[in-house]
Amino acid sequence: MRANGCRAVFFIMAFSDTRVGFARPHIRYARILFLALASLLVLFLTLPLVALVVRALPLGLDAWLNETTLAALQLSLTTATLSALIAFGVGTPVAYLLARENFRGKAVVDTLIDLPMVLPPAVAGIALLMAFGRRGILGATFSAFGIELPFTTAAVVIAETFVAAPFYVRSAKAGFGAVDRRLEQMSALLGVSDWKTFWRVTLPLAAPSVVSGLLMTWARALGEFGATIMFAGNFPGRTQTMPLAIYSGLEANLDSALALSLILVIVSFGVLLAIRQVSPKGLTLG
Amino acid sequence: MKRILFVIAVLGILGLNACAAPAPTAAPPTAAPPALASDTPLTVYAAASLTTAFKEIAAEFEKANPGSQVEFNFAGSQDLVAQISNGARADVFASADLKNMDALQKQALVGGTPQVFARNKLVVIVPQDNKAGIQTLQDLSKPGVKLVVADKTVPVGNYTLQALDKLSADATYGAGFRDAVLKNVVSQENNVKAVLSKVSLGEADAGVVYSTDAQTAVGKVLTLEIPESFNVLALYPIATVKAAPNAALAEKWIEYILSPQGQAILLKYGFIPPS
Repeated sequence: MRANGCRAVFFIMAFSDTRVGFARPHIRYARILFLALASLLVLFLTLPLVALVVRALPLGLDAWLNETTLAALQLSLTTATLSALIAFGVGTPVAYLLARENFRGKAVVDTLIDLPMVLPPAVAGIALLMAFGRRGILGATFSAFGIELPFTTAAVVIAETFVAAPFYVRSAKAGFGAVDRRLEQMSALLGVSDWKTFWRVTLPLAAPSVVSGLLMTWARALGEFGATIMFAGNFPGRTQTMPLAIYSGLEANLDSALALSLILVIVSFGVLLAIRQVSPKGLTLG
Repeated sequence: MKRILFVIAVLGILGLNACAAPAPTAAPPTAAPPALASDTPLTVYAAASLTTAFKEIAAEFEKANPGSQVEFNFAGSQDLVAQISNGARADVFASADLKNMDALQKQALVGGTPQVFARNKLVVIVPQDNKAGIQTLQDLSKPGVKLVVADKTVPVGNYTLQALDKLSADATYGAGFRDAVLKNVVSQENNVKAVLSKVSLGEADAGVVYSTDAQTAVGKVLTLEIPESFNVLALYPIATVKAAPNAALAEKWIEYILSPQGQAILLKYGFIPPS
């Protein structure tokens, strides 16, 4: 009862001014409020990054070019690139089928593929251990053949792919969905095979979404932390990627941690900017 | 412009709902004030490895001191020092090493003289099924053994390296022992609990943790003792914090920790009594 009364009074307050016709001052208030809130958020998001730059820029060369930093940088670049390539290889057919075909359980498959994007990385890490760990569902079989994934660089790639590949599938799916089917049909009428049509017509037309999806996946893989540390452990040169080195270095070597953090911020900023350039509609994640 | 107004209206409705929600509640009887409202609780800042032991001690302490109430903040000793230095309100500080107690003393934030109330030692743990067949410390140097330790920045990781140095200095193990063992390290974890979980999950063949941690995973891991002559003892000091709001009770707490009752509980959880 009281709530209804409350609401009614508010509606009158909110809309009476436009009816009566002295809207201007109120609108100006709204605008000021919005500007204030917007600046607050922009400031909140920027300040920590500015602080990072201020602290990291004056650092000496040792902070940037030491053994740990370089090993982590190299490992991160290698594993993230491999993850993006794997995502492209196996994610492209998935994205194409999801965009083009209708089948039973499509919504479930679609949702399952999106799931790692919202799962806490720690959950991904523990799930990977349960599947591919020494005593995992599949890992036990691997173990019998002498293949043990945990604590290897391969485990890093697996963790990164698990967490990051969905970004590619989502983006590529949207790209394939937007390709004009008549162009493909025309290609078929001209006697071009399905396979060639895909490579010569469909993929180039979907290229902006495919490329931005790959960039997004690469960037996400580069930043992966939780699943990696749980599934692959932390060993310099083998499984210690940049985020892990930052975390490990925080106590012993803050300078290196700062340097690596700045590198990650710059790379991520560059990637997001590149995605904006590539994709016609800006950031396509949905 | 209308859209902006609409958004504000929607926000307003959400806000008003919030204001309206508690209205219909038929004024629940406000909780009776605690009988001893004047007694402020005792706030104990303690190293994470003390969690289970201190909670049990608190239950006994509250029984022995009717009306008292103990509150805890468990974290890495280093974090606790940082919090107290930044003005956190604490009565007692119990550290997992002397280094952090010293750090607090240097800032003149310690009330009395710190007293060592417990010690902890390193043990080697292996998964219950011990597939790698680790029976002795020598086995840790066998090629192919997957060993997990804490990073050298973590106190327990630093102690692990010290123990390896001591072992390498002994003729039984030989000078190459340390390097052979370190070659088997597959991961340098960021805290002792991560080492414990990797071993209890069976992903690693062995790990080095505190004996108190090993006791929390009985049934999942087997323990291999490190002889006293090679072991590194972690010392746990305790002291009141300067300007403790509840200094009298803080003194009582420290007394209780050092008393036979307190010591018995610490012993139960694997801590070694102070010399």
